[in-house]
Amino acid sequence: MLAPVLHVLPLATIVRERTLPVAGKVSAHLNQRVSPTDVIAEANFAREHVLIDVARTFNVPTKVADKMIKVNERDRVAQGALVADSGGMFSRSIRAPRAGRVMVAGGGQILMEVGDTKIELRAGLPGVVTQVLTDRGVVIRTAGALIQGVWGNGRIDSGLMTSLIEKHDDILTADRLDVSLRGSVILGGHVRDTDTLRAAAELPVRGLILSSMYSTLLQTAYQMKYPILVLEGFGAMPMNSAAFKLLTTNNKREATVNAEHFDRYNGNRPEVIIPLPVSNEPDEPNPYEAFAAGQTVRMKRPPHAGMIGSIISLRAGLSELPSGLRAAAADVRLENGETLIVPLVNLEVVG
Amino acid sequence: MPASLVQTESILAIDVGAAVTRAALFDVVEGEYRFVAAGQAPSTAEAPFKNIGIGVREAITNLQNVTGTILLGAQDNSIISPSQPDGSGVDGVVATMSAGPAVKTVIAGLLSDVSLHSARRLAESTYSRVVDTLDLSDKRRPDQQLDSIVRSRPDLVVLTGGTDGGASRSMLRMLEAVGLACYLMPEEKRPMVLYAGNHNLANEVQELLGGHAGKLQISPNVRPSLEMEDLEPASNVLASLVTNLRQRQIKGVDELYLWSSGNLLPTAYAQGRMIRFLSRLYESTRGLLSVNIGASASTVAAGFNGELTLGVYPQFGLGENLGGILQHTDIEQIMRWMQLDISSNTLREFLFQKSLYPSTVPATQDEHAIMQAIARQALYLAVRAAQKDFPANVRAARTELMPKLDLILAGGGAIADGGSLGQSLLLLLDAIQPVGIMPFLLDQNNLLPLLGAAASRNQYLPVQVIESGAFIGMGTVVSVIASANYGETVVRAKLIYADGTEVRTEVKFGGLEIIPLPSGQTARLTLSPLRRADAGLGPGRSGVVPVTGGALGVVIDARGRPLNLPADPVRRRELMKRWSHAVGG
Repeated sequence: MLAPVLHVLPLATIVRERTLPVAGKVSAHLNQRVSPTDVIAEANFAREHVLIDVARTFNVPTKVADKMIKVNERDRVAQGALVADSGGMFSRSIRAPRAGRVMVAGGGQILMEVGDTKIELRAGLPGVVTQVLTDRGVVIRTAGALIQGVWGNGRIDSGLMTSLIEKHDDILTADRLDVSLRGSVILGGHVRDTDTLRAAAELPVRGLILSSMYSTLLQTAYQMKYPILVLEGFGAMPMNSAAFKLLTTNNKREATVNAEHFDRYNGNRPEVIIPLPVSNEPDEPNPYEAFAAGQTVRMKRPPHAGMIGSIISLRAGLSELPSGLRAAAADVRLENGETLIVPLVNLEVVG
Repeated sequence: MPASLVQTESILAIDVGAAVTRAALFDVVEGEYRFVAAGQAPSTAEAPFKNIGIGVREAITNLQNVTGTILLGAQDNSIISPSQPDGSGVDGVVATMSAGPAVKTVIAGLLSDVSLHSARRLAESTYSRVVDTLDLSDKRRPDQQLDSIVRSRPDLVVLTGGTDGGASRSMLRMLEAVGLACYLMPEEKRPMVLYAGNHNLANEVQELLGGHAGKLQISPNVRPSLEMEDLEPASNVLASLVTNLRQRQIKGVDELYLWSSGNLLPTAYAQGRMIRFLSRLYESTRGLLSVNIGASASTVAAGFNGELTLGVYPQFGLGENLGGILQHTDIEQIMRWMQLDISSNTLREFLFQKSLYPSTVPATQDEHAIMQAIARQALYLAVRAAQKDFPANVRAARTELMPKLDLILAGGGAIADGGSLGQSLLLLLDAIQPVGIMPFLLDQNNLLPLLGAAASRNQYLPVQVIESGAFIGMGTVVSVIASANYGETVVRAKLIYADGTEVRTEVKFGGLEIIPLPSGQTARLTLSPLRRADAGLGPGRSGVVPVTGGALGVVIDARGRPLNLPADPVRRRELMKRWSHAVGG
């Protein structure tokens, strides 16, 4: 059976696509070395549209209205500009209610896009542009440590990572966040209150990497302007030993926290990237591999959720679990020495 | 294909679920179709695999290991079809699929309680999540409607409205808004559009939307007249659109479509088709109810005199949407089913954590108990939602009760993996709370939708497979409506077996009694209700009814309808444990 791989890697080649949500202009070029804050693409995005019903306003048939329209598709018009005129002796006119661009002019109507917003796409991670995706973005390649999480609030930022976690089940509280941490990416443990999230926002920080948090904080977490990345999940869960070790040993290094939403269909998931200098480019990690004895695995379900172990052996056929269910399973030895039967679907390979 | 040419063909049926992919083999044994065996594997629609073909092949390989029949070619790892003289391969493939993200759907109609209601029902017949609604009562300007559609990035727009030859101007205005919204979206992200409104506007619809929709399908009107609602033709077209959408979204669906020669249906649609078919075949006078709780959705299909009510509820699925169930129910409503003493906070975190890992299974007894409690509430909500759409002539004794049914057929991971048949039955009784007397069947291998898909290829197969006992008979349930104090006798029952021996029992209010009656046996059950209780024969009415046996026998559920659980959590948990013990622990 194939196993999904959770990447907790001290050194790997990391290739990431960074794209605009709408078509725009890509400013980065092939082989360009970029830093996380570099703008690599821009787009103008109209948040709203205005529909002007010329035929209805002038009370004329569609075809007649079309002749009264004075703008063409793609025209940029200023607020108050004339867009339609009935003509004749008692001419009536329609003026653009807002500045914008004409998207459709016909069928007796004018559709304008208004409220232009400029979107700037930043590189998000340091590396080299290896591919330019026309009008959309770029592919960036870098080398460094990679640590994947399970939940993110949709934001991305980079900064110097400062560890406030001393043991796996530490709790991060607001009183531990002082002004010296301004502009840092904080490595914390479990968060149980909104005060902590708000205190981090007030500093402000460049990101929070947490082992877990209560699900009741989700709404607040989404409102925060800095990235929040959760490694284990919801509830009070300690940080898995592999991530704990790797992150704490990289204390005081630059880290990119890409707290994007876990999209289980396209595979994008929240992750921490710590760029590291290399002389030889390491391998790209495999997204999945076959389960095998000796693999390091992480438990996905309670009561051992987040714990790291190793597969002693794969059981043949289906095995009866303590729950009474039957499933393909493996014997797993946890780091504390405990051995248990775990269904394969409840495991992910760490690597 | 004419029936005469397909009567002896072997059929491989594949179901790609959100968590599990199953492959089932049907073949002719002693002149009749039989379910031979099934293999299963974790589904691989999601990352990191992103190709359902991996899970499909693994499920088929597991099936091969069970049957010894080679189904996949050694060279290309493709299905061997037709079957070969050496016994390898199959003659035909059919498939169903529920994997994939919920279909983001905009529904539009003219009147909220007429065409929009039909549009909603139509959308609920597949794996959709309604993200926006447009109707005449909508106070937004057309450009605001348009912006809202664009922002919601729908996969599908369902347009209804106007009787045939009826309203057109309002309908055209709505079509314009939808057409412009489609035009403004990037070409590769434009939604598919199903038009099921005033048929006289078909040409205008084609003109306004044909060039802008991801794909446009026009089906017969769901409301040909004000009094008449006919969802069947439109739901058929919708099923095909959803399959097309999955082809666009998920790798490997194209290949499965080819293997099955286009016989690839949304699982819920195939389930509904079978229930409609069975309702007609067995001339069910009351109704057939089929429920399925899976990772992608909870599905309820009810057939009344050949008329189908189909409800697919991704919001009540036990997978990635699980955290969202709290938008539809209070956490205390889930807690009421809990046999364990855990806090509501623990349950809340459990729900959100499970939604991160939808395909995982409970490994410990405690986890299993929590999942069973969640499944009860999910199914409870799904059945209540579907019940609102039961035909108007289907009446219950009281509005808060279910109508009487002829049969209940259940499937899906949470039910089939109940731990024991008794626990599975108890889950169904708690969630559905049926009334009257009816047998319960368990579709342990989730064959029902596969039979629905096979029906379009071979009309004999579903009937012969069902009659061969592919489903597990759990037993006959007598659900008692009574108004009494706990401990007061509400029914006296006597079961006379075929050999003349008899068993007598008195059932007290709040109790569950089981009278053994093995599968395949029939007996006569005399019911004598007390205190004007209704044991399925009418309030206070006694009588004798024939009953069929099952794994559990005859189950008399005198816990009351609706089931009122004690407010005191300690007492409630004790009671739950006692009921659990009554059905075998």
